[in-house]
Amino acid sequence: MTTSRRKFIKISALGLGGVAASTTALNMFGANSYLDELVKENIAKKFKRTPTYCEVCFWKCAAWTYTDEEGAIKKIIGNDDDPHCYGRLCPRGTGGVGMYNDEDRLKTPLIRTTVNGEETFREASWDEALDLIASKFKNIKETYGAESFALIKHGAPGAHLEHLFKAYGSDTIAEPAYAQCRGPRETGFALTFGSWVGSPEPTDIRDTKCLVLIGSHIGENMHNSQVQEMSDAIDNGATIITVDPRFSTAASKSKFWLPIKPATDIALMLSWMNVLIEEDIYDKEYIKKYATGFDELKNHVSQYTPEWAYGITGIKPEEIRETARAMAHAAPSVIIHPGRHVVWYGDDSQRARAMAILNALLGSWGRRGGFYFKESIKVPKYPHPEFPEPKWGWKEIGAKYPLAQMGITTEVLQAALPSENNEYPVKAMMIAGTNITKSIPNKKLLEEAIDALEFLVVIDTMPMDVTGYADVVLPECTYLERYDGIRSATNREPSIAVRVPAVEPKYDSKPVWWISKQIGERLGLGEYFNYDDFKEVIDWQLKKMGTSLEEMEKIGVKNFPRTSGPLYLNENETYTFPTASGKIELYSHELKNLGFDPMPNYTKHPEPPQGFYRLNYGRAPMHTFSRTANNPNLNDLKSENNLWVNPKVARILGLKTGQAVWLRNQDDVTSTFSIKVRITERVRWDSVYMVHGFGHDNKKLSRAYGKGINDTQLISKVAIDPIMGGTGMRGNFVTILTENPHKNIEI
Amino acid sequence: MRYAMVIDTLKCVGCSDCVVACQTENDVPIGYCRDWITETVNGAYPNIELELKSERCNHCENAPCVRCCPTGASHIIDGGIVLVTADECIGCGACIESCPYDARFQHPDGYVDKCTFCHHRLEKGQLPACVSVCPTKCMYFGDLDNPNSEVSQLLKNRKHKTLAPEAGTNPHVFYLI
Repeated sequence: MTTSRRKFIKISALGLGGVAASTTALNMFGANSYLDELVKENIAKKFKRTPTYCEVCFWKCAAWTYTDEEGAIKKIIGNDDDPHCYGRLCPRGTGGVGMYNDEDRLKTPLIRTTVNGEETFREASWDEALDLIASKFKNIKETYGAESFALIKHGAPGAHLEHLFKAYGSDTIAEPAYAQCRGPRETGFALTFGSWVGSPEPTDIRDTKCLVLIGSHIGENMHNSQVQEMSDAIDNGATIITVDPRFSTAASKSKFWLPIKPATDIALMLSWMNVLIEEDIYDKEYIKKYATGFDELKNHVSQYTPEWAYGITGIKPEEIRETARAMAHAAPSVIIHPGRHVVWYGDDSQRARAMAILNALLGSWGRRGGFYFKESIKVPKYPHPEFPEPKWGWKEIGAKYPLAQMGITTEVLQAALPSENNEYPVKAMMIAGTNITKSIPNKKLLEEAIDALEFLVVIDTMPMDVTGYADVVLPECTYLERYDGIRSATNREPSIAVRVPAVEPKYDSKPVWWISKQIGERLGLGEYFNYDDFKEVIDWQLKKMGTSLEEMEKIGVKNFPRTSGPLYLNENETYTFPTASGKIELYSHELKNLGFDPMPNYTKHPEPPQGFYRLNYGRAPMHTFSRTANNPNLNDLKSENNLWVNPKVARILGLKTGQAVWLRNQDDVTSTFSIKVRITERVRWDSVYMVHGFGHDNKKLSRAYGKGINDTQLISKVAIDPIMGGTGMRGNFVTILTENPHKNIEI
Repeated sequence: MRYAMVIDTLKCVGCSDCVVACQTENDVPIGYCRDWITETVNGAYPNIELELKSERCNHCENAPCVRCCPTGASHIIDGGIVLVTADECIGCGACIESCPYDARFQHPDGYVDKCTFCHHRLEKGQLPACVSVCPTKCMYFGDLDNPNSEVSQLLKNRKHKTLAPEAGTNPHVFYLI
């Protein structure tokens, strides 16, 4: 509709009065005498808002989806009451609309078929696809037992599928979020304080006086509330100490940046412990009251002087002392941040232990500005029959890693390899919400395992690379088009959020709760899915929690008062830590009994040979791993990754910014695609760096296909953490190729 | 009334949320943007400085784009906001050339487009979309004529700069440094 200018002015004069009258809270600007057509249209727009929580990453920020009068999704805005986002989404959450709008989405179920000798997919109806899947479920159970059907999952859809698998009789379940991400820190902190760090991390950043980031790049990872609180901490004059071989965004906000030599972090932390103890500036009262094993620790670290660490880390002794003193000065309002993606060198649980021990020496666990005692509210269990007891599952598969607390994806893949005497054979697999060709290293293992499977189902919203390996592909609708389980999060106060569809599912996509129920019913497990619509489950649970779906549709988020006790340690009361000794364990008898170091030691890790550079990787704020690369809004911000190269290296190799290069690693794995060089002082001369999640292989991702390099492809060597099975991925070295190594091969 | 935006470079992490929020709020077509992020690196490893900041139309008091517009489509309204009336714009591109900040672009519908300080939101008493979403809360917006406003106070108490001051445009986007 075009309105003539004259007519428009008439309307705006009327419109303005109404607007002015309705504006009270934020009327700090006054009204303009001018309104143009666009403005008037915009003001007149009637938006409807529907609550959701974001699924673009794992932070699960609660938000409102705004739809216009035609029912089109226009924007997504954070929910003010949500402690994960405080009303402000990150770029990925704001750009979540692109996940819905992406025209490359999976549109119908697909079934692998052979046409003229070539394997391809054909479109199928839901009934046909689900019948086929159900028949395979039955067949695997009859032939090998339900345990041989494995599930690898991520995110909200995983919960529905986990329910299906447990009802079916399989607990062979794993997710990359553990052994490829935060597993080691959970083990390390649990060994020390008795509890997991969990997500979101209970770091009291907003009230901290000193934030120590070791390889953790807040600001490039947009863990929303933490980014916001770090900004508050900057406002409050907090000291930030960043330990990173790369000059990260966080490093640029830091009072101290320690440009550490890669793979030497434990040496630095041992020397920090040495300074805190030798200079007698650790929290003596706290240690005396709450910790055990101090004498052993003191004795252990006495040899690890800053001078010793200097030779290993490259950080000057006076800098080590100065930063240790800065932490002690701020204590107990100090956070040695546990990090998130911590699978680096295979001694990662021990590095996490070192972080935990430092936090203990500084008295920060359970203290304001350190770590608070998190609390969540339990979501009542919707009634269903007991799950059958599987004969084996993820625990047995990962048994050689004694302290693994969740399934190890790489061990599940190992269990799928053909073998004569495999006690726990995995024969079929479902992969949902994770693109494992980018989230799990060692592609050779991955391909061999997938090749050996009798059946593979992949569920996703997008034709991710992993869908190319599937026998059946199911199109999931996006989070904006479905109900999902209640988000009950651990925070300073318990908080719940709901996800309500703002629009009907686009194309022929379906929510995973529906898919799980459909498969379950076909398997005669209908009693585990005793509802027509998942919203009945949510409503039932919400009512038990003193609210309802009707109320939650209006407010989106509900916060509850704490019931577990104070946020911080009450100094006048005794406190029992949930460890074996009831105290913080500086010395771990559990590790000792299992044959591991009871206190962390520094181990020298391999260094790049001549002509090779350590491959480091990380995050960009506008992308979540590989899942957002094709999102039209987010791709618009960053469509490919770049290879960060130090100017010295660029000079030696004659590289120019923007030049396309290929990479080859120590095992002769060559990148499929090229990457453009970015010459920058922000990276060391012994390493190169790229943002993870690019270099997609599937041509159906029209924007992301072939753009940049997939770092995971070059991670063929993994250093396994013997304690919990994490796959250390920072020990791969690459050489830079300026000529196209594939020029005679059609890619 | 003199609207101004103040951006704290010490807090900005360059996440680009401001860019996406503008895109969805203002229906900016994919492939175009009214605001963007710049990264400036100085020094040599390990003595490096990094400045990240969000840039956009500076809503200049002495706006070259308004001066050179042959049709009057580019104009300044109350509060000092520089706007383009799409209906009056012939897409000649003179303003694009004249802008020292490269803040204007040719919209695929033929007219020149740029940041409006989200004045449709201001009318409703809301902050510009970019300011309202910023996860680091590094962006501030308000009235420079009011000495007690947050923006006036920040400029009074903090070291700051404007972009391309040599162009003499008297911009109204300020950067805390």
